[in-house]
Amino acid sequence: MNENTIEKTRIRQRAVGALVQVLLYAFLLLMALIVLFPFYWMVISSLKTLDEYRMSVPTFFPRRVMLSNYADAFTTANLGRLFLNTMYVGIVSTLLSLVITILSAFAFARLEFKGKNALFGALLATMMIPGELFTITNYSTVTKLGWMNTYTVLIVPFLVSVFYIYLLRQNFMQIPDELYLAAKVDGTGDFKYLLKVMIPLSLPTLISITILKMMGAWNSYIWPRLVANDEKHRMITNGLRNAFTETTGDVNYPVQMAAVALVSLPLFLVFIFLRKYIMKGVSRSGIKG
Amino acid sequence: MEVVLKNLTKIFPSRNRKNGDEVVAVNDMNITIPDGKLVGLLGPSGCGKSTTLYMISGLQKVTGGQIFFGDDDVTHLTPENRGVGLVFQNYALYPHLTVKQNIMFPLENLKGADRLSKEEMLKRTVEAARLVQIDDLLARKPSELSGGQQQRVAIARALVKMPKVLLLDEPLSNLDARLRLQTREEIRRIQRETGITTVFVTHDQEEAMSISDEIVIMKLGIVQQIGRPQEVYDNPANLFVAKFLGTPPINVFAGRVEKGMIYIGSEAFLEAPVPDQEVYVGLRPEGFTLDENGPFSCKLKGIEVMGRDVSVVGAHPDLVSNSLRIIIPSDMGVSEGCERVRFSVRRNKCFIFRKDNEERIPLE
Repeated sequence: MNENTIEKTRIRQRAVGALVQVLLYAFLLLMALIVLFPFYWMVISSLKTLDEYRMSVPTFFPRRVMLSNYADAFTTANLGRLFLNTMYVGIVSTLLSLVITILSAFAFARLEFKGKNALFGALLATMMIPGELFTITNYSTVTKLGWMNTYTVLIVPFLVSVFYIYLLRQNFMQIPDELYLAAKVDGTGDFKYLLKVMIPLSLPTLISITILKMMGAWNSYIWPRLVANDEKHRMITNGLRNAFTETTGDVNYPVQMAAVALVSLPLFLVFIFLRKYIMKGVSRSGIKG
Repeated sequence: MEVVLKNLTKIFPSRNRKNGDEVVAVNDMNITIPDGKLVGLLGPSGCGKSTTLYMISGLQKVTGGQIFFGDDDVTHLTPENRGVGLVFQNYALYPHLTVKQNIMFPLENLKGADRLSKEEMLKRTVEAARLVQIDDLLARKPSELSGGQQQRVAIARALVKMPKVLLLDEPLSNLDARLRLQTREEIRRIQRETGITTVFVTHDQEEAMSISDEIVIMKLGIVQQIGRPQEVYDNPANLFVAKFLGTPPINVFAGRVEKGMIYIGSEAFLEAPVPDQEVYVGLRPEGFTLDENGPFSCKLKGIEVMGRDVSVVGAHPDLVSNSLRIIIPSDMGVSEGCERVRFSVRRNKCFIFRKDNEERIPLE
C-alpha cells in the first residue's frame, strides 16, 4: 500500500464516520421529539384559555399565557388533599414494601430452611397470573374485611411484590460468601450483616425498587377507583379524572392539563435527580453478571 | 494462646441421600499449636486443611472432637466469641467501605465492656494500618488498591481486634511470584512483632517451609506428620511426606533389601541393618555426588541449567516417580555427551519405605 491509497482510505474512513454520526444524531433527535411532544402539548395546553384550546386549528404556542390555570387547578380539584393522600399511600407502602422485600430476599438468598426452594418456586409461579385477575378476589376479600374507603385498602394488598423479591434476591446472591463469613468472624450477626454490608452493596437495586414502587402508587388508577373513591381517601389520578367536569358537563381541559402538569412534576424531578443511580444500577449489574 | 485440637473430626453428609457417601474431610486430628508460633497446614487440595482452619475459626461446626484455646474449650462458641482473626484467600474486603472503615469494622461490632471509644478505635485502626504499612491508603476503596495492598488491609482487619489466634487461608495464592516472596516475609515479620499464634493454610510446600515454625502435613483428612520444617524434610514419616516436600521432588525407586544391603536393580549401594524385603527407595535430588566408582548409575537424558546448580535429568528402569532429577553444582563438568553417569549417594539423603503401607523404615 503506498502513501496515496493510505491517505484515500483515511479520508473515506472519516467520511463514513461523520455520516454515521449525523444519522445517529438525527435518529436520536427524532426519538427525543416523539417522547417529548406529549409533555410539550401538556404544558402549552395548560397555559391556554378554554376558547383557544377548543380552536379547530390548534396553536403551537398560547396567544395569551394563562398562569391562572394553575391556581384554578389547585382550588377546583382540592389538589392539596389529593397530593397528601397519594404521598401518604406512596411513602407508607414503599417503606413497608422495602422492609418485606429486603427481609424475604435475605431469607431466600442467605438462610437455609426446609422447603426453601419449593416456597420460592411457588412465589415465582404467582407471577404468571395477570394482576387484573387479582382485582376480583382482592375486592371480595377487602369488602369482607370491611376495609372499603380506608388507607389500609390502598396500601396492604400490594405490599408483597414477588418480582422485587426475586430481583433483590439475585442481587444478594451475587455478594460473595466470603464477605458473609468475614463479617461473622468480625462479630456481626445476620441482621447486622444485612444492614451494614448487603443493603449498601445493593443500594442501586433498592433505589430502583423505591422509584418503581413510588411511581406505581402515583399512577395507580383502577384499584383506588374501586375501593377508595370517597372525598377523604381519593388518590390523585382519580381526582384528575373527575374534578374538572363543570356543571354544564363540559370539561375545563386547560385547567385539567395544569393539574396534570403539577402532578407529573414530582415524578419528573425524581427521575432527573436519581437518573444517575438508576443508570449505575443497570450498568453495574451488567458488568458483574 | 496455645491452640489444641483434640480428636477433631469433620464429616460432610452426602448430598444425595440415597446412594452418596459421606465425606470425611478431617479425621481424628490431634495437634497442639504452641503459643506465639506460626504453624503451616500443608497438603494437596482436598486434604482437609481449609476445613480445619474453618473449624478453628468457628465458621464450620465440628462433627466430633474438641478445640481448646489455652484452657478454654471453644468447640461450641460462635466465631465472633472466639476472638480469631481470619484472612481469606480472596481477602473478602467490604467493597463499599474505605480501607479505614474496613479495618475498623470488627471494632465497631464489639459490645458491652469491650466497646471502645471513638478515639481508641481510630488509634487502633491507625496502629494496625501502620503495622502492615498501609497507613497512607486509609481513604481509598478496596477497588483502588493492588492485590498486595488489599492483602495487607485484610491482615490489618484481622489484627485490629488483637485476636488470640490469627488464621490465614492461602494468603499468598492470589499474588504474583515476586510479591509472594515479599509478602511471606512480611507475614513472618508481623507475626513475630505481634506474637499472635498463627495458623496458615497452603498447598505450596516451599511457602510453608520457609516461614513456619512448625508444619503439619495432611492427606485426605489425616495428619501425616508434624514437626519443624527441616526435621520433617530430613526425617519424613512416610513416602507421601517425602514426596510432598522438596523441589525438585524426591526420586523414588522400586528396590529391595538383601543381606543388609539396599539394592536398586542389581546395584547395591548402602548398608541397611533391616530384614530382607521389597522396599521403595527415596533419594533426594541433592544427595548425589559425581563419582566414577559410585554405586548408583543412570542414563543421562539431559541437563537443565539453573545458574548456581545444574539439574541432571536421568532415566532409570526401576524409577517409580515421574522423573529422575539430580542437583549438582554447575562446575562439576557433566556434559551432554556422556551416556551414563555414576554417583555416590549420601546416606542421610536416602530413605527406604515399606512396600505395603509406605511407612519409613529407619536405617539406624
